[in-house]
Amino acid sequence: MSVSRALPHDAARLHVTGAARYVDDIPVPAGCLHLAFGLSTIARGAIRSMNLDEARGAPGVVAVLSAADLPFANDVSPSAHDEPLLATDRVHYLGQQLFLVVAESHLAARRAARLGRVEYDEEDPVLTIEQALAAGARFEEGPRIYEKGDARAAIAAAARTIEGTIEIGGQEHFYLEGQAALALPQEGGDMVVHSSTQHPTEIQHKVAEALGVPMHGVRVETRRMGGGFGGKESQGNALAVACAVAARLTGRACKMRYDRDDDMIVTGKRHDFRIAYRAGFDADGRIGGVEFVQYARCGWSQDLSLPVADRAMLHADNAYLLPACRIESHRLRTNTQSATAFRGFGGPQGMLGIERVMDHIAHELGLDPVELRRRNYYRAPGAGGLSAPRAAAPRPPESFPGKMKHVDPATDLTSRGAVSDLAPDRARAEGGGNTTPYGQAVNDFELHGITDVLMRTSDYDNRCRAVGEWNARGGPIRRGIAFSPVKFGISFTLTHLNQAGALVHVYQDGSVHLNHGGTEMGQGLFQKVAQVAASRFGIEPGAVKITATDTAKVPNTSATAASSGSDLNGMAVKAACDTIRGRMAEFLAELHQTVAAEVRFHDGRVRVGSHDMSFAEAAEAAYLGRVSLSATGYYRTPKLAWDRIRGVGRPFYYFAYGAAVSEVAVDIRSGEYRILRADILHDAGASLNPALDIGQIEGGYVQGAGWLTTEELVWDGKGRLRTQAPSTYKIPACADRPEVFNVALWDGANREDTIYRSKAVGEPPLMLGISAFLALSHAIASCGARYPALDAPATPEAVWAAVRRLGHGI
Amino acid sequence: MDVRFLLNGETVELTGVPPTRTLLDWLREERGLTGTKEGCNEGDCGACTVMVTDAGGARPLNACILFLPQLHGCAVRTVEGIAGPDGTLHPVQQAMVDHHGSQCGFCTPGFVVSMAVAHLNGDTDADTALAGNLCRCTGYAPIVRAARAAEAQPVPDWMRADGALLASRTVRQVGEGAAGGPIRDAYRPQDGDELAALYAAHPDATLVAGATDVGLWVTKGLRDLGTVIFLNGCSDLGAIEIGEDRVRIGAMADMNAMRAAMTPLHPSYGEMIRRFASVQVRAAATVGGNIANGSPIGDNPPALIALGATLHLRRGDSRREMPLEAFFLEYGRQDRGAGEFVEAVSFPRQPDRLKCYKLSKRFDQDISAVCGCFNITLAGGEVSAARIAFGGMAGTPRRAGTVEAALIGRPWSAETIAAAQAGFDADFTPMDDMRASAVYRLETARSMLARYFAEDGGGGPTLLEVRP
Repeated sequence: MSVSRALPHDAARLHVTGAARYVDDIPVPAGCLHLAFGLSTIARGAIRSMNLDEARGAPGVVAVLSAADLPFANDVSPSAHDEPLLATDRVHYLGQQLFLVVAESHLAARRAARLGRVEYDEEDPVLTIEQALAAGARFEEGPRIYEKGDARAAIAAAARTIEGTIEIGGQEHFYLEGQAALALPQEGGDMVVHSSTQHPTEIQHKVAEALGVPMHGVRVETRRMGGGFGGKESQGNALAVACAVAARLTGRACKMRYDRDDDMIVTGKRHDFRIAYRAGFDADGRIGGVEFVQYARCGWSQDLSLPVADRAMLHADNAYLLPACRIESHRLRTNTQSATAFRGFGGPQGMLGIERVMDHIAHELGLDPVELRRRNYYRAPGAGGLSAPRAAAPRPPESFPGKMKHVDPATDLTSRGAVSDLAPDRARAEGGGNTTPYGQAVNDFELHGITDVLMRTSDYDNRCRAVGEWNARGGPIRRGIAFSPVKFGISFTLTHLNQAGALVHVYQDGSVHLNHGGTEMGQGLFQKVAQVAASRFGIEPGAVKITATDTAKVPNTSATAASSGSDLNGMAVKAACDTIRGRMAEFLAELHQTVAAEVRFHDGRVRVGSHDMSFAEAAEAAYLGRVSLSATGYYRTPKLAWDRIRGVGRPFYYFAYGAAVSEVAVDIRSGEYRILRADILHDAGASLNPALDIGQIEGGYVQGAGWLTTEELVWDGKGRLRTQAPSTYKIPACADRPEVFNVALWDGANREDTIYRSKAVGEPPLMLGISAFLALSHAIASCGARYPALDAPATPEAVWAAVRRLGHGI
Repeated sequence: MDVRFLLNGETVELTGVPPTRTLLDWLREERGLTGTKEGCNEGDCGACTVMVTDAGGARPLNACILFLPQLHGCAVRTVEGIAGPDGTLHPVQQAMVDHHGSQCGFCTPGFVVSMAVAHLNGDTDADTALAGNLCRCTGYAPIVRAARAAEAQPVPDWMRADGALLASRTVRQVGEGAAGGPIRDAYRPQDGDELAALYAAHPDATLVAGATDVGLWVTKGLRDLGTVIFLNGCSDLGAIEIGEDRVRIGAMADMNAMRAAMTPLHPSYGEMIRRFASVQVRAAATVGGNIANGSPIGDNPPALIALGATLHLRRGDSRREMPLEAFFLEYGRQDRGAGEFVEAVSFPRQPDRLKCYKLSKRFDQDISAVCGCFNITLAGGEVSAARIAFGGMAGTPRRAGTVEAALIGRPWSAETIAAAQAGFDADFTPMDDMRASAVYRLETARSMLARYFAEDGGGGPTLLEVRP
């Protein structure tokens, strides 16, 4: 069966030869025009006048548009209709789009975009959390509050308490391919748009609004993105709409891509947070109650900030059973880029809050931080579930066989026509208060087992001792080691988004055309889903043609986000394949006087009783027998019920888990550091493709560690982003990965009935990087008695400053 | 301007090229070779990496800040030319597939080219060879696994073809007829004398050596450079002469050559150059350019000042020299007259006492927040000479005169160090910016002196020497 094989990314060969096409690589029709935005140079104020004559007269310029020139909707917001494509009377951040240049070349457009003469009545911008609170600048009427029990009373009654605050910086996505779109005008006013987007349906929707046409007049296609990470969930709207409007007005193809600096200045980033905490606990470190106040800097428009801030609240518990908990969330409006989705979607910030609390308590009590965490874990589920890993021991990344694993076709129901292989619901409901602060029972808690194994495979105890001995010798180089777990909720918290569609054709030669609503941004979704399709038909994945996401093939799709891509689209594709397989089986069974359940699809063959034919022969026979070989598939996630205002219900279908141990070395004289080693054990359920899943884990860890270490966003007092290019914004480079990097899959089956019992793997591993941050804190703690209270990102300067706060004379 | 070079084995002749047309834009927009990607358009991400071969061998360069005239007489190989003519994957390409080294794939062509060049040159230090290629998906681990897996594979024949073709077709000579001619205000002198005459005649011209700085004036600043003089023909200005008494570095020596020359003489300088920038940038950037642009955060000047370097300037036929530190007058202003150019920098041969401490947010390929270079000589237990210079601490590279004075003639002791550390307050008033705060700069500069003293006494392992 093709599922569970460690196949390479479907486009790997295209990637390495440079043949993989991204939006800017698509050959364009003659006369294609190029676009650039003129940007605001102040963060807040009223536009007094805008003189665009010089831009209009610049070489190569065809047109310059401002808000008044837009024919229909002037809005590119994914939510609250509060983001004009082009500013009307006011500007809300430095970098906001004011006007649109349409020119004969990319360079001509960029040059003219700098020639706008704009006069403003400048006002003091609201930039910081303090300023936003003072100004009452926020989204929603007031803070959102989720509560379980009486946290204040629990803290008051506790033997020990701690309190503190952590600043958590934002993060630039730095997808290697910048935002890009290409609009191709069609007959009758229709528009085809190629967009580097995680959300083609939203592009279609916004373009249709902007052109004043029904959604059926717009077709959006996305073959692949050069990275997304959440940054292309809503941030591509402006480019696609601009291209479509300009294409409508000029009748010519229009393309737009942001120069990197513009991309970083214009588009939203991960929300930065401040989290204040108070916790009460007993002498053994068992938490009685916790209070969090989360302040999220959302930027100038709402974008996706509400669900992001919700998810931060929903991960304030991470892996810990908190008897009483109160989470207060402030969504602050500032005159900066509109913070947006970024891998983890608020979850990482919420999780870092409670991991900080754990770290702080362990320091306060002098307890081993792993032991402290275990004491506060959710309880393990009862026996009889599906949690046991398939592999006896965690496997290193390259030990997975590339060949098919053995499946007995006689007993394998998944290979048969017209047979449901849905297992009964074996996820056992667990009462007894093993519930999150928002009331969802935790029935699949894998972290006890994961932690046990990881402690052993990482040799944690011995290394912890060695680190202590090293640091006891003093000296300028200190070491730190830390463990952190991840429990991440899987499902869109906006429940209606948890649906997906697919379209599958089987041609008469037995080749298969696959399409679904998910987008490929590098995560390997297309390959995983193709493996599902191949498995359903019992054919090789190579026989399945992966095709670009296309709003004309599968409508009303959700963004490929929330780690949901393979869960949702895998199931939808399975449904479509099973429909066709069922029709083929019915037809062949009748032909050969048996029943559909006896028709087996396996190994590229179709066996009907004693008859054996290739899949191609079966397809041809079905075609000749006038059987429809095309089907749609549809899936919606079951069991969800969530009230985000009250903070009660089941927002998540299940949880994905993982844990990491990181070791660092720090030069306390300068604060410079290196991550020496990371050991990770991560739960991807029964992996659809272990190689791709391990790729997500390795990459997620490094991206998460980057967020908390060298990736620092700096704005000046005027609201200008000063780290607007890779020369000043430093994502991890090759040598920043851990020198020793052991990644293994827990590889147990999902207790919920997901596609082949796999689990989502896109976002959760990012939060494994928290262990690197905590390891830095551990190294710093060797410099004094006090708790280091390290803020993120822990740049060398931040580490150095924390060492100084501990009173260490350097 | 006429330009002639080899592109994936085929001769390309271009006439009337705008002098600041970048190779990347030309490849993508005019040749339809879209495998080479634009990631940042400033030489920091490596997605546009191409292989360029000349008489000095093959090197990776960032096509986004490479002007077409710089390629005259060279051979360019893009990702489309890394696989064999029959489509056979290069060993690094196959290894990248086998080891899952690509995810979104956008950085992959750049990685593949960097890896193929390293493979060709027998360079097995993957961390250094790939420091200039950013990947946001993989966390680099599978890419390094792929690089290691490909190491043992033989270099494919086609990867050696460019050098042979260059020799046989004499691309440079063929192009030379029109090479010096002023077309659209651009010149390409063939040696230092020609340059001196041209620059004296066109003192407003922009000199372009490696274009790692000037390139950004064009790609980010969108500046029109006016008259341009390309220096890539002036190979006589690129020599590094290591004599018995002095080391003389021609202004056109690139930073990879500088690294190779400095590593045996002053290993700490060599290691600093390894981190100076990516291999792509070092292969283009020149010592002269790094001095002449007057940047307060260039890493060469403090090291060279600490070594007691002399700067050699030329205008027409007249030459003058000065201590390197005297060249930097104030932020944005250097002691360089109209039509005058940096010809070389030299410093005396000396026993190695130099330590260079480069402090930046990210270890590799990052601009220094502080770069401190210490050259302290001892005699009879006392400090006999001290040259200490910093980048990032002022509007120019600058010596720590007060600190030096507090060391010279004193016993080499912890007390002397402690006393001298106070001198930093008098020498520097650094500023806050996005790289570091003033207090961090000042205090880490101070601690660098103590570190020098500690390491002089043996000391423990450095951060880079600590093993897991």
